[in-house]
Amino acid sequence: MQDLLYFSQQLINGLTIGSTYALIAIGYTMVYGIIGMINFAHGEIYMIGAYTALIAITGLATLGITWLPLVLIVALICAMIVASSMGWAVERVAYRPVRGKHRLIPLISAIGMSIFLQNYVHLAQGSRNIGFPALIQGGFLFGSPDTFQMSLSYMQITIFITTLICMSALTLFISRSRIGRACRAVSQDLGMANLLGIDTNRIISATFVIGAALAAVAGLLLGMYYGSIDPLFGFIAGLKAFTAAVLGGIGSIPGAMLGGLILGVAESLTSGYLSGEYKDVVSFSLLILILLFKPTGLLGKPEVEKI
Amino acid sequence: MAAHKIKHALFCALITLIISYPILGLNLEAQGINVTLSGADAGTLMLVFLAAVLVFLFQLFRDHIMGKVRALPFLQPSQREAMAENKRARIESWVITGIVVLALFWPFFVSRGAVDLATLVLIYIMLGLGLNVVVGLAGLLDLGYVAFYAVGAYTFALLSQYVGISFWMSLPIGACLAALFGLVLGFPVLRLRGDYLAIVTLGFGEIIRILLNNWTSLTGGPNGIGGIPEPTLFGMEFGRRVKGEGNTSFHETFGIAYSSEHKVIFLYLIALLLAVFTALVIRRLMRMPVGRAWEALREDEIAARSLGLSRTAVKLSAFTIGAFFAGFAGTVFASKQGFISPESFVFLESAIVLAIVVLGGMGSQIGVILAATAVTILPELAREFSEYRMLVFGAAMVLMMIWRPQGLMPMRRMHIELKGQE
Repeated sequence: MQDLLYFSQQLINGLTIGSTYALIAIGYTMVYGIIGMINFAHGEIYMIGAYTALIAITGLATLGITWLPLVLIVALICAMIVASSMGWAVERVAYRPVRGKHRLIPLISAIGMSIFLQNYVHLAQGSRNIGFPALIQGGFLFGSPDTFQMSLSYMQITIFITTLICMSALTLFISRSRIGRACRAVSQDLGMANLLGIDTNRIISATFVIGAALAAVAGLLLGMYYGSIDPLFGFIAGLKAFTAAVLGGIGSIPGAMLGGLILGVAESLTSGYLSGEYKDVVSFSLLILILLFKPTGLLGKPEVEKI
Repeated sequence: MAAHKIKHALFCALITLIISYPILGLNLEAQGINVTLSGADAGTLMLVFLAAVLVFLFQLFRDHIMGKVRALPFLQPSQREAMAENKRARIESWVITGIVVLALFWPFFVSRGAVDLATLVLIYIMLGLGLNVVVGLAGLLDLGYVAFYAVGAYTFALLSQYVGISFWMSLPIGACLAALFGLVLGFPVLRLRGDYLAIVTLGFGEIIRILLNNWTSLTGGPNGIGGIPEPTLFGMEFGRRVKGEGNTSFHETFGIAYSSEHKVIFLYLIALLLAVFTALVIRRLMRMPVGRAWEALREDEIAARSLGLSRTAVKLSAFTIGAFFAGFAGTVFASKQGFISPESFVFLESAIVLAIVVLGGMGSQIGVILAATAVTILPELAREFSEYRMLVFGAAMVLMMIWRPQGLMPMRRMHIELKGQE
């Protein structure tokens, strides 16, 4: 019984982290699906989203507004607006001029952008990590207090529900709306979509904006969950999310969701049963193994090399 | 049309405000566990506003400005006749010999700090030249290059701590071990496509760093390893007192007064020797069949393979050679610092070396050497701006990719021209 509780606890923790990875992974997978580049700066956009959310929360607290739903919604909206603008600007400045050149050129440009954004926030906000207020406290406890108690906090429930809402909204948006249809068309064949009158530049911008907005949601959620943020915390999270996207099959949106959950659970089981220090090693090894043995991921389509 | 332009310019200005004001204009300050928000000073706000106005004006007159910029004379492709290939090569080799001779005598006339910095420059030159083989010549983007550097440094540190091996013994061992790591890692991953390869090498670099950080019993974890010995000259040590058995000390053998500068200069000369060695070896390799195979595979993989080149063997050789020289650089680095910890081998270091290769011009040796010098020395010269170093780096990488993806000094291919028949 106790072992089962311990296992369920790890599972819950893993699914919590995993669902936020999935939110970030969407940004990677959508951009890759459409223009075939790794948006290396995506982790930084997520970090900026978290910073904006914290700024908004602190600003509201200074104004004396503490009604929780209002604070959360305002912080979420601010983070999404700033992060999406950042995503749009990054695409416009660093990626559009190098689009269509040799594969490595956009990637190096993206790495440069990532370093730039990291240091931008570092210089503006300092390099120390800043505490994120735990706005949602408390939770359910299971099991007897003298052995092991499994906890399911309200924060974790909030993360599940928010992720679920975002994913459903995204799925609806992609499958039903005009822009969503255009997105799918562009990801199948950019040139043909262009010929048929779709403004591909606008669609690519829209992809970046959507990805950035979802990353900002993840930034707010993970910031509250971990309790502190610093300018460097986007890098590892971005790498993890990229792993999740590759795991699920890059280019596939359901794949990113699945990959995020699997990666989160794998990590949490590692830190629960082996050691917390090696959880990053496990996820990077997972990345290397997938790329070696199944580069298309779990749900991805095989890519045919044309001569 | 004009209305459309104004709308677009206003939109861009608004975006500029949105992305700069919250981050720059509102500062979070942690006081204990409480976080407070304070507005930035008026200067910053003015800058943010000014940036938005500039973006507005630029977008409004974009076509006009870009037309003017394109017409600038120094941006036009030069019409001058290129210098004859053999004449250029001769001048180049004279210049390089001159620089090496100058570098040989230079440390005896300058301060200790300058020599120390120059040693660091030489280490970065070695790293840049090594990565240049992988990224510039073979076209494999390696984001975990620092892992091989770490292997070299830790090999020397561990061997000297547990076995008591000297610098000169450790130099080939460290380099070969790094090369072995490159071979073992490269073998499975090199069939991956370019950008996947980049991510896998990045993951590998992180794994090595995390292992070094957590394998406390062997590597000392975050505390690192100290007391790494300095190199000796034929068994002569440069310290005031002799530490190793059977060694003599440099100043006593030659009957000169002890000076701590001897050690720094000696280390500098070793680094110079190794950097020149690296440059020469790679220069030779570039002209050998294997070097041409690297470039052929970079330019067109399918064509190169249909001409009978083995993709794995060619890529693997580039990867291994790159790793080998990183191991070299790592050994020198460990000896120079006397202390190493995983802190020195973070991803940023890989990014700096990559920036050196990219700024210098992929494949160009002179370019890489100049870029390594600039990247290491400029932040030292402008110390008050040194916190902006990485910001400028990032921006420079993006701008280079947009305007001059071939680098400041692009590589010149070896080629033979057919004279027109009159």
